[in-house]
Amino acid sequence: MRGALAQARVETSGIECRLGALRVALDPSGAAFLPDEGALVVADLHLEKSAAFARFGQMLPPYDSLATLQRLEAAVNRLRPERLVLLGDSFHRADLLPLSGSAAALTLARLAGRLRLTWITGNHDPQHPATLPGESLAHLDLGDVRLRHEPEADGRPEIVGHLHPAARLSTRAGLQRRRCFLASGERLLMPAFGCLTGALDVTDAPIRDLGWGAEARAYLIAREAIHAVPFHALAARR
Amino acid sequence: MADLPETITRWFAAKGWSLRAHQRAMVEKAHAGQSALLIAPTGAGKTLAGFLPSLIDLIEPRPIRRLHTLYISPLKALAVDVARNLETPAAEMGLPIRIETRTGDTPASRRARQMTSPPDILLTTPEQLALMLAHPQASKLFGALKRLIVDEIHAVAPNKRGDLLALGLARLRAIAPGLVTAGLSATVAEPDDLRRWLTGQGKGENLADLVLAAPEEAAEPILTMLETAERLPWAGHSARHAIGEIYAEICKAKLSLVFVNTRMQAEYLFQLLWNENEAGKRIALHHGSLDVSQRRRVEAAMAAGQLDAVVCTSTLDLGIDWGDVDLVINVGAPKGASRLLQRIGRANHRLDEPSRALLVPSNRFEVLECRAAIEAAFAGEQDAVTKRAGALDVLAQHVMGMLVAEPRDEAGLLAEIRDAAPYADLSDEDFAKILAFVIDGGYALRAYERFARVKRDREGRLRVANARIAQSYRMNIGTIVEATMLKVHLGKPTGSGKTLRFGRLLGEVEEYFAEGLVPGDTFIFGGEVLQFEGLAEDRVIVSRTTARDPAVPSYAGGKFPLSTHLARRVRTMLATLAEWGALPEQVSAWLELQRQKSRLPGPEDLLVETFPRGDRHYLVAYPFEGRLAHQTLGMLLTRRLERARLKPLGFVANDYALGIWMLGDVSAEAKRHKSFLPELFAPDMLGDDLEEWLEESALMKRSFRYCAVIAGLIERRFPGMEKKARAVTMSTDLIFDVLRRHEPDHILLKAARADAASALLDLRRLSDMLMRVRGRIMHHGLKQVSPLSVPILLEIGKEPVYGEARDAAIGEEAARLMEEIGA
Repeated sequence: MRGALAQARVETSGIECRLGALRVALDPSGAAFLPDEGALVVADLHLEKSAAFARFGQMLPPYDSLATLQRLEAAVNRLRPERLVLLGDSFHRADLLPLSGSAAALTLARLAGRLRLTWITGNHDPQHPATLPGESLAHLDLGDVRLRHEPEADGRPEIVGHLHPAARLSTRAGLQRRRCFLASGERLLMPAFGCLTGALDVTDAPIRDLGWGAEARAYLIAREAIHAVPFHALAARR
Repeated sequence: MADLPETITRWFAAKGWSLRAHQRAMVEKAHAGQSALLIAPTGAGKTLAGFLPSLIDLIEPRPIRRLHTLYISPLKALAVDVARNLETPAAEMGLPIRIETRTGDTPASRRARQMTSPPDILLTTPEQLALMLAHPQASKLFGALKRLIVDEIHAVAPNKRGDLLALGLARLRAIAPGLVTAGLSATVAEPDDLRRWLTGQGKGENLADLVLAAPEEAAEPILTMLETAERLPWAGHSARHAIGEIYAEICKAKLSLVFVNTRMQAEYLFQLLWNENEAGKRIALHHGSLDVSQRRRVEAAMAAGQLDAVVCTSTLDLGIDWGDVDLVINVGAPKGASRLLQRIGRANHRLDEPSRALLVPSNRFEVLECRAAIEAAFAGEQDAVTKRAGALDVLAQHVMGMLVAEPRDEAGLLAEIRDAAPYADLSDEDFAKILAFVIDGGYALRAYERFARVKRDREGRLRVANARIAQSYRMNIGTIVEATMLKVHLGKPTGSGKTLRFGRLLGEVEEYFAEGLVPGDTFIFGGEVLQFEGLAEDRVIVSRTTARDPAVPSYAGGKFPLSTHLARRVRTMLATLAEWGALPEQVSAWLELQRQKSRLPGPEDLLVETFPRGDRHYLVAYPFEGRLAHQTLGMLLTRRLERARLKPLGFVANDYALGIWMLGDVSAEAKRHKSFLPELFAPDMLGDDLEEWLEESALMKRSFRYCAVIAGLIERRFPGMEKKARAVTMSTDLIFDVLRRHEPDHILLKAARADAASALLDLRRLSDMLMRVRGRIMHHGLKQVSPLSVPILLEIGKEPVYGEARDAAIGEEAARLMEEIGA
């Protein structure tokens, strides 16, 4: 069933929606859990982004990979998936991986030891090093849903990342900006999971122009909850 | 002392002038190789006193032209103006010298030529000095430097630009050991810190000699406050009510300078004056954001006597002399007695005639403050320039600059840095941490050794790793960090009322200002009153409205805190009914209304009012302790209110009062528990609460952003690409969070904390107040706003609180929107 997908069921643990036949639970960590597949999906980790900047003289704190992976491990501990799908741009540069022996590398190894890892390639990491534990794919099909890095207008239901969506909401506490999921019956756009990743407003052309039906919802990530907002209540028109 | 050279005495005689005592004293100090601080009122021939020793030195032609005198001004325009004013006497004396300026506006080709073929006298800014010092040829360029003049030193020294300049001075002293410095300053209360700032501290404490212009040389200013016949606004800063009266004064004078405190106010007032301009007076506008060529045109027109009035901001505060100004109009409150005197000094640069100045308060509180400022000016009160420890982020920038110039050994670099007064007490540990930061970020996790920006050569000296690092340093120099701006568009809601359609671009406002707005708020922009409709695609969407007395957008450079002297005078005035007679009737009537509806704070009491308004609850307190102390209090109180689950949303402080708004019913809480307010204001808030708050506050994030940019953690501009200010804001907040969690002792966090603490300052004053009001808190629960609270509710510069309320509000609004579409 396609159409109005947002469930009114708002819990501290998140929100459930549907993509094609696939059930998807949106988690306040910024991950999506697919209970039928036992899979956890995260997008745009941008690991070692700080090192990529440091290489060119901007010495950003070298803790972003660890911070991101610790959050990922916490989500895994909580939701207990069997499989972890990383939706591309997992590494800010394909040639910069967490230094071996570092806390970040150890955390990654720990995850690899208990889960099946599926790395989808992204524009930042078009190739994964052979040493990386797990499988590397251009996309992954789960039922009729395709999991890939960038959205494509091929009519297939898809779970994608790449665009780092965030939404601004005018509230009585002033303007609030939060990372968000953006979902219609055909597409789930994932927020960036990495802790040093910037964000793009859902009303900016690259996201807005993907085309979103009247049923599209932005799911804003607050501290302990997720809040659904009609996408068209956020969008502006020229 | 030896007699003046004939060339000089002849010139003075031709002008019909005689050498003033302080000018002679400056010549004597220079002759004896003594650095000196000259304190003189505007118009006392200060600039000539500074340059006279150089002119004397340069009478005889020199075999090789080398840089002899360097003049540093905080303002580009001032450097240009002084150069022009210096060329005339130099030409009249027939001196064989070249005088040039070097600012950000100087063409690159001329700047390059100045490095190889310098003039005798170069007039420049602190940033340009830093750039020149980072040049590989710096030692050669400055090797023969004899004299350095720092103008308006009271305005430069007490901030980060002053830190950068002090470090530059220390470097110059090392390059040219015989260097004699001169500081030119307006009157300050405690000159010793400036005397120290001017000289090297490397061999123990060292003070420049003090030269004072004789006070009897200046005539008493004629200083009055406009007694308006119009209705005085409750709040706002536009002075629109008095525009006709201001215009009438302009018509009566020959050339008026109209001072305001912010760029927006300047634009707005300028527009209002033109609407009023039936007599076709030639009125111009001058502020820092205008195009350079436009400013130059205004300056030239002023000097040529082609203008009747100029509306300006602090860009004309300092000692520029562009014409025969006979009236200074100060719109709004002057905030400090020294600032007022400086501005008054713009009128009649001849000491034998009194300056004429008119104060125009733009709201009722400002009437109290203007009255206090006039009293303070007549009592000769001055604001002190406070001593400060040099900022660590500025030090990081300077260290990088030094290593860009040439390889340096560590001990020599540290000794040179400690020669600068702000860094005389720099600890070995802090220096080591800053150096480590410059090298590879200085993180406990040694992850970046492979990317180090600075390497050691075979002799163990430090040098930059590659040309890109040097280029990036040159592109990112300076201590002024621009605020992130958002575009403002006209537009309106369509359809269900939630979709925004936007149209014509009106301009830009600071992001921090926009984030404090709630749909329906009104503000002045580009000379009109606008209503905020919402934000779409990072644009501020507004509509036109007929609302009166809106808040004015604030600009970071435009807000000056009320000085302690003036705050004290205002407090006393308010508490003393007998003094109300001296106030305009409207103001005393306003105070009387407050006395009836609520009450007036006694000199020792703390009045606290609570009331509902819209869907929020307000708490307004009136400590009258100045804006800084109130801001500190505001952030501490909101923490306690958050813990009491009253869901505070934000607070705003002005010089007189503090307002906090929240979702919870604070009136009911105060009524239910008699101990609620006394506990809320208990002095122990200055302990852990202060520490914790700093870590989470918007102010701390902002401080960190500035430090990260100045220290070179984040590049504003990098080779080959323009980084948008917006992207900088985003990433520094994220970086701050990561760093705080994983390395809370990092040196840049220390720098940001020091900045935040000094921006809040006045902890002492706040703590005294909290002790004083124990048992003396007068609570009034009201049904609506009180007369006294109106101004604070319309105040600008609101500080958001990051707490439970934000997320709660998202939940509410989301539910409302879902309901609206029937989901």
